[in-house]
Amino acid sequence: MLSGNSTIMEQASNQATAIESAASLARSASLEGPIKLSMRNLNFYYGTNQALKTIALDLPEKRVTGMIGPSGCGKSTLLRVLNRMYDLYPGQRADGEVLLDGENILAPSLDVNALRSRIGMVFQKPTPFPMTIYENIAFGVKLHERLNRADMDARVEWSLSRAALWGEVKDRLNTPAGGLSGGQQQRLCIARTIATRPEVILLDEPTSALDPISTLKIEELIDELKRDFTIAIVTHNMQQAARCADQVAFFYLGELIEVGPAGQIFTAPKQRRTQDYVTGRFG
Amino acid sequence: MPAPANAISTAMSLGRRRKRIDFAARLFATLATLIGLAFLASILITLFYLGVPGLSLHMLLTVTGAPGTNGGLANAIVGSVIQAGLGTLIGTPIGLMAGTYLAEYSSGTALGNAVRFVSDILLSAPSILIGLFIYQVLVAPFGGFSGFAGALALAILVIPVVVRTTEDMLRLIPITLREASIALGAPRWKTTVFICYRAALDGILTGVLLAVARVAGETAPLLFTSLGNSDYSGLGSAMSSLPVTIYQYAASAFDDWVQLAWTGALLITMGVLGINVVARSLIRRR
Repeated sequence: MLSGNSTIMEQASNQATAIESAASLARSASLEGPIKLSMRNLNFYYGTNQALKTIALDLPEKRVTGMIGPSGCGKSTLLRVLNRMYDLYPGQRADGEVLLDGENILAPSLDVNALRSRIGMVFQKPTPFPMTIYENIAFGVKLHERLNRADMDARVEWSLSRAALWGEVKDRLNTPAGGLSGGQQQRLCIARTIATRPEVILLDEPTSALDPISTLKIEELIDELKRDFTIAIVTHNMQQAARCADQVAFFYLGELIEVGPAGQIFTAPKQRRTQDYVTGRFG
Repeated sequence: MPAPANAISTAMSLGRRRKRIDFAARLFATLATLIGLAFLASILITLFYLGVPGLSLHMLLTVTGAPGTNGGLANAIVGSVIQAGLGTLIGTPIGLMAGTYLAEYSSGTALGNAVRFVSDILLSAPSILIGLFIYQVLVAPFGGFSGFAGALALAILVIPVVVRTTEDMLRLIPITLREASIALGAPRWKTTVFICYRAALDGILTGVLLAVARVAGETAPLLFTSLGNSDYSGLGSAMSSLPVTIYQYAASAFDDWVQLAWTGALLITMGVLGINVVARSLIRRR
């Protein structure tokens, strides 16, 4: 795409300008306000290999935090720490603190199933369960609440509406979820996650397997969901981070290099490595 | 220049050589297939030719009898269904649990590898050994042959088949599906039962059906356990079965018994074929 050295800076500055305007549009809310999730001195290990190094990061309540950085920088690993997904795998461990409303969620005594009902997660590839659309939503709800049929119906409609999917599926709730398109499946996964009414939603590259139209719908959805939920989104797409995020954190080789308001990260990064990355110099 | 010409002629002779080898390989493969199919066809044709004349409602509804008394196979059919059914009923849950352990909980552990190894050995163990084993631990010490002992011997044959297919089918399910369930706050067992089993249901069911098909035709494990019976019987006493009846009748000197043996063989073959067809259609649906 780049023809020579002389045009790199030009391209980069054009890109930065475009991102800046997008970022300023997305930015209506400030980062002031209570902190929902706070990481202190967080380290993470795959066996002997340290994947996260002394991370300190706050997620402001009802804001979107975008996590960017090249592959292998630890951003997805960080998400998997926040809902203790790493518990599944022997040999993976974390130390330090992650405070959810002041409570350390890394404590061994913590009920991880209850934690995961408070911190939901949506994965890169849509993962509909092999059951009907209705059952996909009800499965997660039933894990934590006992609802009668009418309340469950209402919850299913509420979550599908919040995920902007209700209109497309309301006449076929009892058909297998596998019959939906990729974008619809991903919105179903989001609906499934918000149906358990979590406080935090973790999105791990939620649009990387989707086409542009579906991506747009998910991004609009994220904007809408942040009224009620604290959101962390990992993305490889810088424009997406600029469009969606209020706060952006840049990771490199397991370290948090820089965190700040999205506008500042994309237009006036303080760190050289951040600037190189957001201007497309590497990564 | 001579060199390119040489190269071309070498290439051409190489090409001819390859074509000859290709032809020979195809010929042998086709012949081998035909030889295998010829045996199968011969068996089936013989089975139909000699078995069909004995098919009748009378045969299906009358118990076995002495030569010349116009007996049927009813007790043998019922005995086979009971023993194969009970064997499957006992063996399937054990196989399912063990397969689940191997796929979901044992990855890389020494116990898991040991269980898998033992199960694979059991899968290829001569079935007569299983019959002798049950004879030693159940029949000899506890006073005699029984349909239950036969069912137990068949159950031991069912277990490794179900273990293997359950493990294979569960391993086909992407890890992301499990993580998605765990991420909703589902405990491990609910993820296995409500998500993984559901996703692997057709495959697991296929494994069970294949196990049924395998034990339905087993003779050796029943010889030492349920023995045979000339009438209907309960699980507590010696019980008749199709394979053992065929074994006894086929070698007899009486024409009507030999006819019943052929007809019984046809019935088993059709039954197993039917089960396999159902199993395959389940696989294809996936």
